[in-house]
Amino acid sequence: MNSGIPLEFYLVLATVMFFTGIYGFLTRRNLITMLMSVELILNSVNINFMAFNRFLFPGKLEGHFFSLFVIAVAAAEAAVAIAIIINIYRRFTTINVEDVNQMKY
Amino acid sequence: MEAKQIMFAIFALVIVVFSVLTVTSRRILRAAVSLLMVLIATAGLYFLLSYQFMAAVQLTLYAGGIVVLIIFSILLTSQISHKFERIETKKALFSALAAVAGAVVVITTILNHSFSADSAAAAEVDMHLIGHSLLETGRDGYVLPFEVISVLLVAAMIGAIVIAKKGSPHKDEPAK
Amino acid sequence: MTDFGYTTWILIIPFVTFLILSLFGMKLKGLPAGLTGTVALGLVTFLSYFTAITYFTGGGISGGSFQKIVAANAVWLNLSDHLHIDMGVLLDPISVMMLVVISTVSFMVHIYSLGYMKGEKGFERYYAFLSLFTFSMMGLVVATNIFQMYIFWELVGVSSYLLIGFYYDRPSAVAASKKAFIVTRFADMGFLVGILLLSFTTKTFDFVTLTDINGPAIASKGGAVFLGMSLMTWSMIFIFMGGAGKSAMFPLHIWLPDAMEGPTPVSALIHAATMVVAGVFLVARMFPVYYFAAPEALQIIAWVGAVSSLFAAIIALTQTDIKRVLAYSTISQIGYMIFSLGVSGYGGHDGLGFMASNWHLFNHAMFKALLFLGAGSVIHAVHSNDMKDMGGLRRYMPVTNITFLIACLTIAGVPPLSGFFSKDEILTAALHHNKILFAIEYAVAGLTAFYMFRLYFSVFHGVDRHYHHTPHESPATMTVPLVILAAGSVFAGFLPFSSLVTSDGVPFESHIEWGVAIPSVAIGLLGIGLAWVMYRKETTLPDRMTSLFRHSYKWAYNKFYIDEVYIFITKKVIFRHISHPVAWFDRHIVDGTMNGIAYVTQSVSSMIKGLQSGQLQKYGYVFISGVIALVIAFIYLVK
Repeated sequence: MNSGIPLEFYLVLATVMFFTGIYGFLTRRNLITMLMSVELILNSVNINFMAFNRFLFPGKLEGHFFSLFVIAVAAAEAAVAIAIIINIYRRFTTINVEDVNQMKY
Repeated sequence: MEAKQIMFAIFALVIVVFSVLTVTSRRILRAAVSLLMVLIATAGLYFLLSYQFMAAVQLTLYAGGIVVLIIFSILLTSQISHKFERIETKKALFSALAAVAGAVVVITTILNHSFSADSAAAAEVDMHLIGHSLLETGRDGYVLPFEVISVLLVAAMIGAIVIAKKGSPHKDEPAK
Repeated sequence: MTDFGYTTWILIIPFVTFLILSLFGMKLKGLPAGLTGTVALGLVTFLSYFTAITYFTGGGISGGSFQKIVAANAVWLNLSDHLHIDMGVLLDPISVMMLVVISTVSFMVHIYSLGYMKGEKGFERYYAFLSLFTFSMMGLVVATNIFQMYIFWELVGVSSYLLIGFYYDRPSAVAASKKAFIVTRFADMGFLVGILLLSFTTKTFDFVTLTDINGPAIASKGGAVFLGMSLMTWSMIFIFMGGAGKSAMFPLHIWLPDAMEGPTPVSALIHAATMVVAGVFLVARMFPVYYFAAPEALQIIAWVGAVSSLFAAIIALTQTDIKRVLAYSTISQIGYMIFSLGVSGYGGHDGLGFMASNWHLFNHAMFKALLFLGAGSVIHAVHSNDMKDMGGLRRYMPVTNITFLIACLTIAGVPPLSGFFSKDEILTAALHHNKILFAIEYAVAGLTAFYMFRLYFSVFHGVDRHYHHTPHESPATMTVPLVILAAGSVFAGFLPFSSLVTSDGVPFESHIEWGVAIPSVAIGLLGIGLAWVMYRKETTLPDRMTSLFRHSYKWAYNKFYIDEVYIFITKKVIFRHISHPVAWFDRHIVDGTMNGIAYVTQSVSSMIKGLQSGQLQKYGYVFISGVIALVIAFIYLVK
């Protein structure tokens, strides 16, 4: 079933995607692109769980359902986040994350 | 070289390339489309892992729902023709440093660890199994998270509507 | 022994008057304030005379000599069992004599000022300060221990400062008062060092113990030796330094001529009759210690006195400001008194210098106060201090003229006025001690007569000037004190001083030594005659003499450039090499450290401030870095 591809490959791939997402989160200025980076991170975690489920716990389904719920939550979170972004756009006319810095010293 | 390995290689390549494109692209629509490609490749990975249901859910929800949502928001905030300026070098450098350091740490940990597989027999995951598990209350039942998710989705829906509503509710009330 | 407890009132009355006048001066504007001060002083004078008569006619005598009587004493500050500072009243011949002098002159000045300072701004303040001064001076002379004397010494300095700077809106007056205070304060530093050294060696502050010739203080002469002189000698020299500052001896004399910026009655009281003799009084008070334990100091004292009197007399020859001439004359006469103490012996007739010094102090107070008040009268009439604006005043001011003449004759040593007697005794004492010093003082006697009569003839005879408004005689409040003081000058010579004030309290007979008296009178008359020739009528003789001795004249006129030397030392040496570096250090290093601490605090806080910048991505960065660091720590470092 999973001949030839060891677990570590999946894990390393997921790690690369995760840290790419982190780099994007820390670097990007636009709120929407930051949201996209967050989706990348969530996605990489999903791959991790599925890989563990397949390789380490073949008889159970916990990783599978965890990923399912993560997807559901990610969808909800994206919806709310976009609502907020739209609100910010209405208020500041910009969605540059550096301009939304009122809660500071 | 087996077909599976070739598929894996292609998917891996797509994922890496397009995720980098997502975070470095200067046009927002290109970033969104790159994200779409990443999500589709991930679904492909799920197919490789024989989790067809998840792959389908991934394609439907993630690729079909969230990316569309994102594109809509891009349109709503008039960003579609916006071209980003270059990111300042200092910021990029520090972030890259953090990311690379983290990646190195995690990868070394993974590679040094020996994963031992569970010796139980692989269960064939089909719709019956998933459906039963979702509504079972026993040991392998996931009815509680299911209900919680439902509540969460309701809350998210209401919250999104309230936040994105135009104007404050008090404005529409007549003065007393 | 008679009870002299009432003498504390002599101190209390002026102090209370000072408080009343300073606190309620505004309510007692004008004449009431002056009368308050004058009446109070009258009471004090009465008490002083009463004390003196009681003391000298038997109240103070026991066993054939005058005793030191402690009329009142209270421990004020207990430093240790042996050392404590008391406040009290000590009566002995010199302090009782000083009580009489101070109260008389002060009383005369109070009456005189009613007329002289009439209508001046700050009239009440003036009388308040005069009372303060009287209180301080009285406290100084009746002090029972050296520390009490030091405290009142400083108080006298403060009163002098306040009165010199009385016209505080004149920059020259302010500068003069500062100069006086700083110079005397500098001298008082020496005084304090001397007190400390003395009390360290003798373990006491008390005068009765210190001056007891059988007592421990004098027996302990010696102590450690430093630079060839014993510790006792050094302490007495330092104490004399304090006295020299207050009495304006060379080289600490620079403040006295400038102190003439004050009102003229102040000059009469403080800078002629009373405060400036404080140094003489100090040496007289400590005389047994000087004579027995520190004879080298007495030598120094004699020379300082002689040099000061010669120096001041030469300068006085050239000055044109009335008050300046009188100021230098004061320095010269005090030089006589100090010198006389320096050449004195102890006990009976050997203590002739001591007796003569005090007699001269007594007489000098009378005639110098008279001279100053007379000068004040002249200044009041002519509205100028300069001799060039005066002349022929004998026609307009008869009383002032006669009293001034009497005073000039007294200071010149013409018999039978008081000055003759005391000066004769001084010169006699000098002759027996040291011929060179005698020669110096003999010359000074002649110079004194000359410059005083130069002054007299220029002002009252000389050139008949044209005045803007005719000068008129001063009112009675000013002329009556002049007359009283003139009477004092005439008759004080007949007091049997040697049976009253002596070095050991034992009366002795003094008589005029004609071998000294006749030459001294002769040189005095010579001086008068020379002044008569040069100044009585308008002549060109003075100008010809000036051009003849042009160089010396310039030096004398510029007071031998001593002030310039002082300014050079302070500005070029002390300010530049000591004050500036210290100020630089204070500004840059001390302040710099404080500023540096503040700067560091501020920059650290700015750096920390960045943690709350409101930048989401910065928060994220810190978060991720922290997580990675923790992961590394827990997985790899914590085993």
